[in-house]
Amino acid sequence: MSDQAPKMKDEDTLSITVEFTGGLEMLFSNERKHSLSIPIRNEDGTRTNMAALVDYLCQNLMKDPRKDLFILDGTVRPGILVLINDADWELEGEDKYEIESGDNILFVSTLHGG
Amino acid sequence: MASISVIETIRKQIASCESQLRDLRQQLAEAEHQHQQREQERMRQDSSIDPLTHDMSYGIHDDFRSEVFAALSHTEEDYSAPKRWPLDMSEYKRYGRQLILSGIGLQGQLRLKNASVLVIGVGGLGCPAAAYLVGAGVGTIGLVDGDIVEESNLHRQILHSTSRVGMSKVDSARVFLSSLNPNVAVVPHISRLAPESAISVVESYDMVLDCTDTPASRYLISDTCVLLGKPLISASALKLEGQLMTLNNPPLPPGDSRGGPCYRCIFPKPPPPESVLSCGDGGILGPVVGVMGVLQALEAIKVLTKDPGTLAPEHVNPEPPTLLIFNGYGNPMFRSIRLRTRKPRCAACSSQASITSEALNSGSLDYVQFCGSVSPVDALSANERISVDNYAKLRSHINPFTGMEPSKDSHILVDVREKVQFGLCSLEGSVNIPFSKVVSTSLNMSNVQTSGPQEPGWVSELKGIPDRPIFVVCRLGNDSQITVKKMKELGLDQGGQRWIGDIKGGLKAWREKVEPDFPDY
Repeated sequence: MSDQAPKMKDEDTLSITVEFTGGLEMLFSNERKHSLSIPIRNEDGTRTNMAALVDYLCQNLMKDPRKDLFILDGTVRPGILVLINDADWELEGEDKYEIESGDNILFVSTLHGG
Repeated sequence: MASISVIETIRKQIASCESQLRDLRQQLAEAEHQHQQREQERMRQDSSIDPLTHDMSYGIHDDFRSEVFAALSHTEEDYSAPKRWPLDMSEYKRYGRQLILSGIGLQGQLRLKNASVLVIGVGGLGCPAAAYLVGAGVGTIGLVDGDIVEESNLHRQILHSTSRVGMSKVDSARVFLSSLNPNVAVVPHISRLAPESAISVVESYDMVLDCTDTPASRYLISDTCVLLGKPLISASALKLEGQLMTLNNPPLPPGDSRGGPCYRCIFPKPPPPESVLSCGDGGILGPVVGVMGVLQALEAIKVLTKDPGTLAPEHVNPEPPTLLIFNGYGNPMFRSIRLRTRKPRCAACSSQASITSEALNSGSLDYVQFCGSVSPVDALSANERISVDNYAKLRSHINPFTGMEPSKDSHILVDVREKVQFGLCSLEGSVNIPFSKVVSTSLNMSNVQTSGPQEPGWVSELKGIPDRPIFVVCRLGNDSQITVKKMKELGLDQGGQRWIGDIKGGLKAWREKVEPDFPDY
C-alpha cells in the first residue's frame, strides 16, 4: 500500500490516532501524534490487527532507516510499551488485537535517567 | 615547582573546605538554637507549677510537706510511665499540617515514624524523594549511592550544594537531611548496589525507591524487592519526560498472582543498549526529574500510611497497576496507563521463578551483562582519523600532509552535534549537520518516496564542493566516526578522491589538549 494508491472509501479504512513518547517520536519525523487512516483489512482479507499496524507504521510512517530501534525480531523491540486506549496491549491480546476505528495506540519507550 | 594547575586545585580545595565549614557552623548554630528552645520550654513547664511550689515551700508544715512531695512525685511517675501522648510535643507541631489530613492522622504519622525506606540513587530523583520523606517524618531513611557530587548535578539534585562538590552524594545528602529533620535516622550506604550485597542492604527496610539511572540497576532492585517482599516505587526521567510505577505492591510471595507485577513482568527483556540514553547525553530539566522524585515520595507515603488491615490477603483488591507518564511540555502533562498484572511465567515473581536469593548472593547473576553495553565506536582505520593536535596544526600552521599554509577554504569542518549544542559553542568555520539528520538519511533515497526530495540538502551541499577534504567532529568522538562511514556510503568521498575523516576524541579532546577555554558542558 503506497501513498499513491487510489483514495480508499471511508468504509474501507480505520481512523486511528498513533502516538509516540519517550524519545520514539524522533524516529517518526519528530511528531508525537499522528492521525492515520489505515486499511480495515489486510491484503489477505483478514482484519487489520496490531501486528499489521506495526508493519504498516514501519513501512509508511517511519522515515528513519534505523528500523531496529522500533522493531526487533519481527515485533516491537524490548523496552517499548504498547498501549491500546491507555491499557497495556498485553491486556488486549497483544499483536492479535483487531484495531477499531477511533482507537488510540500509544508507543512508550522506557526512560532510564534518574 | 608547583604548576599553576596544582595551585588552582589547592585554592579550590581551600574554598570548598571553607564553605563546608560555613555549612557546619550554620548547622551548629541551628542545633544550639534548638537546644536552647528545648531548655526554655522545660523551664516554662517547671514554672507552670509555680503556685504549688510556692504552697509547698512556704505554706505547709515541714513534715507534711515531705509526705505530700513523696506522694506527688510518686503519682507523677505513675502517670509518665504510659506516655500520655504518642508523639513528642515538637512532633505535633512539626507534622501538624499533615496530621490533620484524614488520610494521615495520628495512626498514619505513627506508621511513618515506625517505617524505614531505602532510597537507591541520591540524584535527581533521590534528592527530592528523600527530602519529602524526611520532612514527613519517616523514621529511618537509607541512602545508597557510590558517586560524588559534581557541579553538573546541582541544577537538579537539590540536596547537594556548591560547597559540597567532591563530597560523596550520600554524605552530602545527610548534611541536608539531618538539618531538615533531626528526628529521622539517616543511614548511609556509600557504594553502588551490588548483586552480592543487595539482599543484606535492602533486608532491613520496609520499602524501596528506585531512583537509579540504568536498566541493570532497575532489574537488580526489582528482583531483590520480589525476593524480600518489599514494595518498590520506581521512577525515571529524561529530557522533558518522566515515568512512575509502583511495583510488587502488594508484595506477596512469588507465585501468588494477587501480588503486584514486578519490573520483569512489565519488561521481560532489557532494551537494546544503543536505545538507552543517559541524562548526560540526552539532557534533563531539573523540575521534570524533580516532579518524578516528589511523586515517588507521595506514593511511598500513600503505601506506608495505608491501614495494614487492608493488606490482608482477603482484602487484596489492589488498584490496578499503572504507569504514570509525565511530559513537562505536554498537554495534558500527565497520563495514566493501565499495566498488566503479574506475568504467569515471570523469571522473578511467578511460581516458575528462576531468580533466587542464593543466585543473587553468589554473584552469579550478571545484570550488566544481561542488559549489555555499548562498546566504544571503533569504526574507522588509522588513516581516516586525525588527532586534535594535528588538526590544530592544520588550522594554525602548515598542513602536515601538503605543507601548505592554512587557508579558510582548505577543508570543510563538519560538526555533527545537535543544533542546540552547536549553538552553545563551536569551532570557528565549522558547519553544523546534526547527527540525527545523518543517521536518518537513507542510503537508497528512491526507496522512501518517489515524490519527496531525492536526497537531503546536506548531502547535495557537500557534493557541490567535491574537492575539499571533510573533517568531522562531535562531542566525544563516536558519532563522528559513524558519520564518516555514512558519508562514504553516500558516495561523498568521490570514490576515494576526497579525504573524509574524523577528529579523534571530539571536542572533549580538543578542550583537553588544544583549547582549555573551550566550554565544557
